[in-house]
Amino acid sequence: MTGYQLKGSFPLIFERGAPGRRGYRLPPLDVPEQPIEALIPDRHQRTNPPALPEVSEPEAVRHFVGLSRRNYGVDVGFYPLGSCTMKYNPKINEEVAALPGFARLHPYQPEETVQGALELMYNLERYLCEIAGLSRATLQPAAGAHGELLGLMIMRAYHESRGEGHTRREVLVPDSAHGTNPASAAMCGYRVVEVQSNARGGVDVAALRALVGPKTAGLMLTNPNTLGLFEEDILEIARLVHDAGGLLYYDGANANAILGICRPGDMGFDIVHFNLHKTFSTPHGGGGPGSGPIAVREELVPFLPVPTVERDGDRYYLDFDRPQSVGRIKGFYGNFGMMVRAYAYIRTMGAAGLKAASEQAVINANYLMKRLAPLFDVAVDRYCKHEFVLSGRRYKRLGVRTLDIAKRLLDYGIHAPTVYFPLIVEEALMIEPTETETKETLDEFARVMEQIVREIEEDPDLVRNAPHETPVRRLDEARAARQPDLCFCAPASSTVGEVNAGGGGRTDG
Amino acid sequence: MYPEDLRYSQQHEWVRREGNRVRVGITDYAQQELGDVVFVDLPQEGTTLQSGEAFAAVESVKAVSDIYAPVSGRVVEVNQDLADRPELVNQDPYGAGWIAVLEMENPAELDELLDAEQYRELLER
Repeated sequence: MTGYQLKGSFPLIFERGAPGRRGYRLPPLDVPEQPIEALIPDRHQRTNPPALPEVSEPEAVRHFVGLSRRNYGVDVGFYPLGSCTMKYNPKINEEVAALPGFARLHPYQPEETVQGALELMYNLERYLCEIAGLSRATLQPAAGAHGELLGLMIMRAYHESRGEGHTRREVLVPDSAHGTNPASAAMCGYRVVEVQSNARGGVDVAALRALVGPKTAGLMLTNPNTLGLFEEDILEIARLVHDAGGLLYYDGANANAILGICRPGDMGFDIVHFNLHKTFSTPHGGGGPGSGPIAVREELVPFLPVPTVERDGDRYYLDFDRPQSVGRIKGFYGNFGMMVRAYAYIRTMGAAGLKAASEQAVINANYLMKRLAPLFDVAVDRYCKHEFVLSGRRYKRLGVRTLDIAKRLLDYGIHAPTVYFPLIVEEALMIEPTETETKETLDEFARVMEQIVREIEEDPDLVRNAPHETPVRRLDEARAARQPDLCFCAPASSTVGEVNAGGGGRTDG
Repeated sequence: MYPEDLRYSQQHEWVRREGNRVRVGITDYAQQELGDVVFVDLPQEGTTLQSGEAFAAVESVKAVSDIYAPVSGRVVEVNQDLADRPELVNQDPYGAGWIAVLEMENPAELDELLDAEQYRELLER
């Protein structure tokens, strides 16, 4: 196959072209030619030519356009990926981020030439603090889990400053938490202690009471949690943790449900994390890049990473003189382009707009939950916030698993929801429609789910063998993990085979 | 699918008594729920374990799950075959898919585990 059809495989760009083919021609040299040996020492010269594709311009364009037609994103269709807030990213964000005054900055420019960028960072920090209900923030973390790690480093620095660093070695994490929570805690050197959920899907306060104590460094909590439920006992939970001398960490993965409605700082959280790429409409998935700011209560401000952005009258500057800081956690100042997009989003929405977005996200989720409730078991029968969890357990007896339903959705041009998470729900389907979807889209999704359920009852193999319409059929996930094939090995007939074979052979023939 | 000669834990491990030792694995139910196992994090021989302590982990395409020691004891043997063939846990959970052998500290702890009948009841609940 040599074309770029939508289904089936097509060659890699390394398998196309011909030796010597180029998509460009350089003009003749207008300076005297220098021998390369005179410019670059022997030991830095390569002995083999680089393994680059040799293609014409149209070949290169068709290749990448061919690939791009297979992309699926929120600009293509509905993307109800629970706990990941795949909301639409308004295009004005891109327009603003592309302004040359932002896009063409260099991180080594003198401060007086980047005052606008510093002002934006300064103001964005204030906005996030206002939303969190806390004192100061850092915009540096490059992703959500990076922010989690920083939050825990601040927690550790706080306990060390009080002489309790070596005794407070435990971080409590609910059994419904994102996997990154225990992973970040372990990465920061903490012992992870799991807290059970109760029948209403919240933290079991009695279980928590038995677990907190002089060893507790803190509790990591997502609110609303990964079942899409608000922690009804949050004030009691905060009191228990604080009375034991611990801190409360807020995982901001689900902050899209609460903007302008309630503030984590008022609930008792000491360290609050946001994902700009979830809540504040910056690109998500496909490499982002992400951005995971951390806001903290007044007592924790000295531990924030350097540099902070400060203001002196009309002048903004970077402050590195912070002796109790945990240090730097990112090259330069974080993913600045994401800050510009999030700032544009907050400014275009305004305070009332952010609140309306959260309200709409919650209404959309509750509407869709009611529409789907006849088809699945609802994990916990309560009003949800911005997302909800269903169980596909009733279809197991027909030999159809949640994974099969997720794959079948792809045939209808819909991205699958999160599946098999949270772990405490059997055959879980976690659905988050977000505020940016219309009622028509939600109804269409519900109709597709009804159709899939009919298929399960009438022709389960159709669902078990899905997807049928995608570029590739069902992939063998287990084999991909057990025998990963990580090396490209050009076929013998390829024009670039010899050059490219250096990467090593396939492991599985 | 739940052999009568085995004992079972609430966390879906099985144990087979071999004198003063026990062989440990995960049940057929556990392997079905996990789905295709792609990696088993095996314990070190010689590790001493308290009953209920996590000592191994099974990673499937869905999730990573801890495996808990059903009884207290010392790890005297681990199933090195699982390093290359983790799928044995799915294919033969009570045979070639065993995970480790423990030298028991207190064989009386076996009485606290479930028998096949009780384990079946646990699953039906």
